[in-house]
Amino acid sequence: MKKVLSGNEAIARGAYEAGVKFASAYPGTPSTEILETLAKEYKSILSEWAPNEKVALEAATGASYAGARTMAVMKHVGVNVAADPLMTLPYTLVRGGLVLVSADDPELFSSQNEQDNRQYARFAKIPMLEPSSSQEAKDFMIEAMRISEEFETPVMLRTTTRISHSMGVVETGDPVKVKAPTLERHPREWVMLPANARVRHPVIEERIIRLREFSNKSPLNFEEKGDRSIGIIASGIAYQYAKEAMPEASFLKLGMSYPLPDKKIKKFAAKVDELWVIEELDPFFEEQIKAMGITCRGKDKIPMCGELSPDIIRQAITGKKKKCPAPASLPGRPPSMCPGCPHRGMLWAIRRNKAFIAGDIGCYTLGFLPPLDAIDTCQCMGAGISHAHGMSKVFGAKNEKITAVIGDSTFYHSGLTGLLNLAYNNGTALIVILDNSTTAMTGAQNHPGTGMTLGMEKTIDVNLEQVVKALGIKWVETINPYDIKNARKKVKEALDYDGPSVIISKAPCVLLKSKAVPGKALSVDAEKCTNCKVCISLGCPAIEAKEDSVKINSLCVGCGICADVCAAGAIGGAR
Amino acid sequence: MNVLMTGVGGQGIILASDILSEVMMRAGMDVKKSEIHGMAQRGGSVMSHVRFSKKVFSPIVPYGECDILISFEELESARYLPYLNRDSKVIINKFRLSPPSVTAGKDAYPDVLPLIKEITKNVAVVEGSAAAREIGNPRGVNIVLMGVLSRYLDVPENVWIDTLNDMVAEKIRKINIDGFMKGRSL
Repeated sequence: MKKVLSGNEAIARGAYEAGVKFASAYPGTPSTEILETLAKEYKSILSEWAPNEKVALEAATGASYAGARTMAVMKHVGVNVAADPLMTLPYTLVRGGLVLVSADDPELFSSQNEQDNRQYARFAKIPMLEPSSSQEAKDFMIEAMRISEEFETPVMLRTTTRISHSMGVVETGDPVKVKAPTLERHPREWVMLPANARVRHPVIEERIIRLREFSNKSPLNFEEKGDRSIGIIASGIAYQYAKEAMPEASFLKLGMSYPLPDKKIKKFAAKVDELWVIEELDPFFEEQIKAMGITCRGKDKIPMCGELSPDIIRQAITGKKKKCPAPASLPGRPPSMCPGCPHRGMLWAIRRNKAFIAGDIGCYTLGFLPPLDAIDTCQCMGAGISHAHGMSKVFGAKNEKITAVIGDSTFYHSGLTGLLNLAYNNGTALIVILDNSTTAMTGAQNHPGTGMTLGMEKTIDVNLEQVVKALGIKWVETINPYDIKNARKKVKEALDYDGPSVIISKAPCVLLKSKAVPGKALSVDAEKCTNCKVCISLGCPAIEAKEDSVKINSLCVGCGICADVCAAGAIGGAR
Repeated sequence: MNVLMTGVGGQGIILASDILSEVMMRAGMDVKKSEIHGMAQRGGSVMSHVRFSKKVFSPIVPYGECDILISFEELESARYLPYLNRDSKVIINKFRLSPPSVTAGKDAYPDVLPLIKEITKNVAVVEGSAAAREIGNPRGVNIVLMGVLSRYLDVPENVWIDTLNDMVAEKIRKINIDGFMKGRSL
């Protein structure tokens, strides 16, 4: 049957057809929909949200050791979190097929860096497949499982945003029959103490040689005959762009892009006059191909940064720039925190206390934008708390006002250890946990604090205040961020406290149709408005500056924060 | 055939382009679709590319090769001029949503029609949002605009109707079909 599927939906379909039994992930754009699709459409697969990617990969490893086909899914930066188990995993014996899906984000549509995770396959010495369409995303998932079991190795399936989120026609098939899990013991292959690991290292090195032979023979890597004056080697979405740009050229299309099929590449290079290696981000193939002693073109003309496009490739190869209209100069439309977002008032309250705000990864990072200007650092999941700790230590008694903000999902992902460090090492920063009871940035996924699993089964609902206290924080208060005067007062109290402190700012995400927000729009009494612009400083999309006063537009959900900050009492309505 | 849909997060562009993709597959074409929706829920610009033909390689439309651009919001119609050519058809929904610099009073809402008309004369402004309100479903503007778009594509009406019936939840089926037919008559 034919279906139009996104790359992510196709990977989920491929997992189903490959007989995957267990899947674990932490949500991250552009990978999130893979597990969501499994939970929605393929309930025979035990799918879970893990608190972070390291846990996801370790849980998947356990399932593989039990003999079940399994997958761990994450975005590119998530693989950094999972890198510790990933580097040792190939040393161990994989029983059931194990696929690590890495969804990279060239152009940084929703990420903090642009890393090229093909490097991880080489680093971990594991095979990697790169689909170039939704159809291949499905097919390669099945092939990855087969390779994983044949070579007893984890396999990486690498996508990019343009593969994960674009849609194409997919021919679906039936699921295969797989063996039931069985308990076995393989201590020499699974206990990686030095004596055992030393023995396993040569196994990996020898396996890569066999995998290279496989890559040379596999139909995943194939030639497309064309005009011999230009030959192009490409994989993933870059292959599609290159086909669009240079349809007449000869191609060597790489589906298995680590280890490289050296013999096929040498054969292809000998046939064409000019060899081009077209790849997004790093010169991953190019450097290896040049190391084979083959002359090729690539990164001297193709950018190292951002997404490619057919236009970029055509211009690089032909040297001709296509004529097209120039872009217009228009006001930008960046994403912003939603009208009624509970984080807005809390960030405003911290800023009004003139504190430094170490930020983290989530919706609240958008508080960076003017006029709120309320985020001063953002590096990776969980880093904000540790940034604040380091700062508070160096300032010591000088008592600079140092705070960190972190979302609830991010806190469970990697904030716990940072907070423990703050308490253990006698830091003095204020940590504000912005608890909106969801993973909002990626589209409202559950986590250990929501009381629900990925499959919408009831589960534990972590008591955040107790967790924080158990980690050794003595000053802890849970507050309602819509009560903005109290929020400002509590921030001051916490900053004045001599020791680490935590405020839990608790109100559900407005996208979850919060009952805390009335839903009725407020209005401005133009007679009373002094046009002081304090409400504008909240950065709410529902408040518009006019010449003599402000206006509240139809986006307003009636959270009432602007009414509370209006000294003239000009804003009223719902509350 | 290259169709671009533009607008603002929350206007239902992704569902609309999913429907168009499904319709074109059922009409026997190879289809690819691509959009940016990382942070679109938070009111950012959204663009979706839908391409259909016997065989499609790139899921994104090359510059200068857009056949139809349908914009759900006025200003967003002019954000992607490099994709247009002198034969491009541009359909603009009469609806304005001020971007942050306009609500903050720093910029004026620009007049975009002259910018587009400099490239193509083939421009239509439609009252899609008003039509959606009229039939009592302001959130269904995306389906109304699909109706408008359907007039420019050579696909039988029943393929559209069948696809809509299969893709939307039963309780909102009738109001969506009404919206589609309303758009088709605009």
